[in-house]
Amino acid sequence: MSLVRLSATELLAQLTAGQITSVHLTEAYLGQIKRHDPQVKAFLRVDTQRALDRAAEIDKRRREGRPLGRLAGLPVAIKDLLCTQGEPTTCASRILENFKPPYDATVIARLKAADAVLIGKTNMDEFAMGGSTENSAFQKTANPWDLERIPGGSSGGSAACVAAGMAPMSVGSDTGGSIRQPAGLCGVTGLKPTYGRVSRYGLVAFASSLDQIGPLARTAEDTALLLEVLAGHDPLDSTSVDLPVPKYSATVKQPLKNLRLGLVREHFGEGLDGEVEAAVRQAVAVYESLGATIKDISLPHGKYGVATYYIIAPCEASSNLARYDGVHYGHRTDEKKMAAAIAAQRSTLEAAGKHVEAEALDNPLVRMYRQSRAEGFGPEVKRRIMLGTYALSAGYYDAYYLKALKVRRLIRRDYDQAFGQVDLIAGPVTATTAFKLGEKVDDPLAMYLVDLYTVSANLAGIGGIAFPCGFSEGGLPIGLQLQAPPFEEERLLRAACMFQRATDWHQRWPSMVPA
Amino acid sequence: MTKPYTIIIGLEVHVQLLTRTKLFCRCSTKFGAPPNTQTCQVCIGMPGTLPVMNREAFKLALKTAVALNCEIADFTKWDRKQYYYPDLPKGYQISQYDLPFSHDGWLEIGDPKDRFERKKIGIIRAHLEEDAGKSMHDEVAGQADSRIDLNRAGTPLLEIVSQPDMRSALEAKAYLSELKLLLTYLGVSDCNMQEGSLRVDANINLHVDTPEGKVATPIVEVKNMNSFRAVERAMEYEAGRHYQVWQQTHQRLGDVPKQTRGWDDVANVTRGQRHKEESSDYRYFPDPDLVPVCVSEAQISEARKSLGELPAALRTRLENTHGIKPYDSDVLVSAGRGLVDYFVELAELSGDGKLASNWVQQDVMRTLNEQKIEIDQFRLQPTQLCELLKAIQDGQIDTGRAREVFIEMVASGKSAGEVMEAQGIEKVDESELVELCQELIAANPKIVADIRSGKQQAAGNLIGQAKKKNPNVNPGRLREIVLDLVGKM
Ligand SMILES: [Zn+2]
Repeated sequence: MSLVRLSATELLAQLTAGQITSVHLTEAYLGQIKRHDPQVKAFLRVDTQRALDRAAEIDKRRREGRPLGRLAGLPVAIKDLLCTQGEPTTCASRILENFKPPYDATVIARLKAADAVLIGKTNMDEFAMGGSTENSAFQKTANPWDLERIPGGSSGGSAACVAAGMAPMSVGSDTGGSIRQPAGLCGVTGLKPTYGRVSRYGLVAFASSLDQIGPLARTAEDTALLLEVLAGHDPLDSTSVDLPVPKYSATVKQPLKNLRLGLVREHFGEGLDGEVEAAVRQAVAVYESLGATIKDISLPHGKYGVATYYIIAPCEASSNLARYDGVHYGHRTDEKKMAAAIAAQRSTLEAAGKHVEAEALDNPLVRMYRQSRAEGFGPEVKRRIMLGTYALSAGYYDAYYLKALKVRRLIRRDYDQAFGQVDLIAGPVTATTAFKLGEKVDDPLAMYLVDLYTVSANLAGIGGIAFPCGFSEGGLPIGLQLQAPPFEEERLLRAACMFQRATDWHQRWPSMVPA
Repeated sequence: MTKPYTIIIGLEVHVQLLTRTKLFCRCSTKFGAPPNTQTCQVCIGMPGTLPVMNREAFKLALKTAVALNCEIADFTKWDRKQYYYPDLPKGYQISQYDLPFSHDGWLEIGDPKDRFERKKIGIIRAHLEEDAGKSMHDEVAGQADSRIDLNRAGTPLLEIVSQPDMRSALEAKAYLSELKLLLTYLGVSDCNMQEGSLRVDANINLHVDTPEGKVATPIVEVKNMNSFRAVERAMEYEAGRHYQVWQQTHQRLGDVPKQTRGWDDVANVTRGQRHKEESSDYRYFPDPDLVPVCVSEAQISEARKSLGELPAALRTRLENTHGIKPYDSDVLVSAGRGLVDYFVELAELSGDGKLASNWVQQDVMRTLNEQKIEIDQFRLQPTQLCELLKAIQDGQIDTGRAREVFIEMVASGKSAGEVMEAQGIEKVDESELVELCQELIAANPKIVADIRSGKQQAAGNLIGQAKKKNPNVNPGRLREIVLDLVGKM
C-alpha cells in the first residue's frame, strides 16, 4: 500500500521500528503534493527543503538513539494563520502578504518540540472568515473528492491536504465550524477542542472568544495523538485553562460503555439534505448497535446561533483587525501616489470654489489608513469589519452586542441542560455535501448558514468532532458531528474511534491518492 | 472682591505606576532608553500575541485606590478602547470602561496658609489602563516622517478621576500636590511630570450668578498642562475667559458641545483644539483576550495594611507630638518621609520640636538644595546636629554663630564641639558680661545718652564693640544687660 494511505499512528510505528525513514515518508507526501496540489491548491506554501532537512535531522537522531519527540518524523501541515518564526504567515490575506512573525505560536513550538516535520502552510478563507476557502486572497482550494467543489472552510486547505494524502495530519482553527465543517465535507476527522484547551498564543486572531486551534487527521486515533501535542496550559494565553492533558492516544481505543447519545430535534428539520439525514441516522444506528441509547433532546436557542455568531464574531474581528492599518502592520498604500491624489483633489475643489469641501478632505494619515485597508482586505473581511464596527457603535451596542452575549449564555445553558441527560450530542456537520465552487459566492447569507450546526459549540465554548459517516450518491463525503461537555475531548475521541472501528468510511480515498 | 461666579473644576490625573515591567508583558518600564528598545511582540501588538496581566501593577493600583478611600469592586474586567493612532499599535487601548476596579473615594485637601477651608475632594473612579507609545512629529509639517517610540506602550497607567469639587485654581493645585504627595508616600509612582509619569487634564466651567439663580456655563477640557503651576495658571485664565464668553454669548451648559483647549505655557493662554475627540466613539467592549479579575476581602485588607502612615495622619502626628504649626508640618511632610524621620529624631533628641523644625526647614533643607542631595546622603546625623542645638539651648552659642558652626560641620564633618573649640567658642560668664557692659557704658556716654532718649537701636553699636572684644558674647543677652543697666541709671 502507498505510504500516504497509512494512518499517522501506523506511520509512527514504522518510523519507530526503523522500517521507514522520515525523509522517505516526507518525500512521499511531497510527491503527492507535487502531483496533485496544482489542482487541489491546498497549500499556500510548501516548505520542501526545510521539511526534508528536518526529516533528515530527525532520522539522524533516531539512528544515533537520541531521544525523540512524540511526533518524531511525521509531516504536519499548518493553517496559514499560525505564526511560524521567520516564515510568512499570511492568513490568506493581501494585507499580511509580507508578514513574517519573529516568533512561533505556542502550538508551533509544541509541534517543533515534538519533532514533527512542518511540511507547509495551508490555504484558508481570509482571516478564517468563510466556509468554503473561496475567500482566500491567493487561490481557491478544491475538494479532493470533486475538484469542482469547495473543500469547506475556513480550514479548507488543512482538510483538503489530509483528504488528498498530502499530509497525514494538519492543524486548523475553528471559530464557527472551521475545522469540523471542512473535515465533514472532505471526509476526514477534525476536532474542535473546548475553548481554553489549546493555547491561542500565535494564532492570528479572528474572534478571540470563539477561536480555538485543533487537529485534523485520518482517524480518531491520529486526532488523539495530535491533540495530545497541541493541548495544554500556556502562561502566555490568559484564556488557556490550567488542566492536565489526558493521554488521549492511550485511551482512544477504549469503547464507551452505556453511552447516552442525544439527537437534537432541531437539527433534523427543514433544510437538511435527505442523503445527509439518512447517513447521519445510519450512523446513529451504528452507535445503537454498539450499545448506545439514543435520546431525543432539544437545544431551543440553537436557532439563534448563527445570528448571535454573526454579531459577536464580527465585533471582535473589527477590533482584532484594527492593527492592520499600514502603520505597524499590514500592507501600506503607495504614499507618493496617495499624496499626489489628495493634492489633485484639493486643487480641483479649490478651482471649483469648493473651499469647505477642500478643507474637509482626509488628512494624509487618515487617507493612508483608509486606502491601505481598502487595498489590503478582501470583500468578506470588509463586510465583517463593517458589521462589527456598526454593532459596537454608540447607540447600537446594547441592541446587538449585549443582546448577543445574553443569547450566548442561553445557548450555553441549553447545552448544560442537555448534558444532564446525555453524554454526547450527535448530528450532522452540515446540511448538505460540498457545494460547487462559486455557487454561493454572491450570497453571503446562504454562505453564513453553512455554520448552522457548528456555531453553537463555539458560542458555548464546548468541544466537537466531525468524521465521515457515509457518502452521497455523487461520491461526496458526509460527516457526523459529536459534541461533548467542556473538556471531554477524550469522550469525543473514544466515541469517534468506536465508530471507526465498526465502519470503514474513514478509509476511503479520492482517486488522486495512489492505492 | 468676590466674583459674580463660582469656579467648578474636576481633574483627571494619569499616573504611571512604578512597576518594573509593563501591564501586559514583561518589558521594562524604565524611562529614557533609546527608542523602541524596551518592546516585545506583545506590547507592539504583533499579530497573534496576547496580553497577560501584571499582578504587581494591579496590586499597586489597589493600594492607591484604598489610600484614596475608594470602594473596591469585587469583580472587574478589561475593555478595549478603540481608536486609530500611529502610537497605538493594536488599534485599541486596553482600559476599563463600565466596571472600573475602584470608585467613590475622596482625598482631603487644605491650605497651610488658610486661603481656603479644609475639604474633601470626591474621587469618581480610579482605573487601570495601558499607556500608548510616543509620537515625535516633524517640526516642519510635511517635511519629514513622524517617528514612533513604543517604549512607553503598555506601561501601567492609573487614571484617577475627581468629582468637580474644586472651587479655585488654588484648590486644584492643592489637590494635585496632595495627590502627588500621597502617591509618593505610597511609593506607587514617581510622579515626574517632565518624564510624563504624571499627566493632568482639567474640566472647568462656571456657575454664574444671575437674577434667576446660578447658571452653569459649558464645560471645557484643558490639556497640555506640564506643571502644577501651569494647571493653576490655566485654571485662572480659563475662569476669566469663561466669564468673558458668558458675558458675550450667555451660552449655558448643553448649548454647545464640550470643547477641548490646550494650555500654551509661553503665551499664558489656552487655545481651542480640533474637536475630533468629542465626536469619536471608542466602541468599548470587553477584551476577550483577558479574564475578569476578582478581588477578595483578603487582598483589600492586605493592601490596607501595606499603606503605612499617610501624609495627612503624619502631619497631625507632628503637630500633636512635637508642637509644631500646620504650616511647618506641611513643609516637613511635603519634603518627604526621609526628612520627616530626620526631624522626628532631632525633635526627640533635643526635646524641642520648634527648634528642630526651624533647623530642619531652614539650614538642613537649604543644604540639601544647595548640594542637590537627598536627606539620606546628608552628612550630619540627627545626633550630631543635636549637639549643636544643645549648645544653643544652653546659651553656649547664639543662632548666628551656630549657623557658622553648622556650615563648618557640614563642610568638614567635624562635631559641633570640635568646631566650636577650634573657633574658640565658649560660654561667657554672666558676671563677665556685666563687667564688659559696665566698661562700655562708661566709655560711650554719647551712645548711652541716645539710648536714654529712646533710641534703643543705638545699643547695637555697644554690642558690636563687645563682639570685637570677645567674639563669644551672646548678643541677645548682651543687649538685655545693656538696656537693663542704662535703665537703672
Ligand atoms: Zn513588551
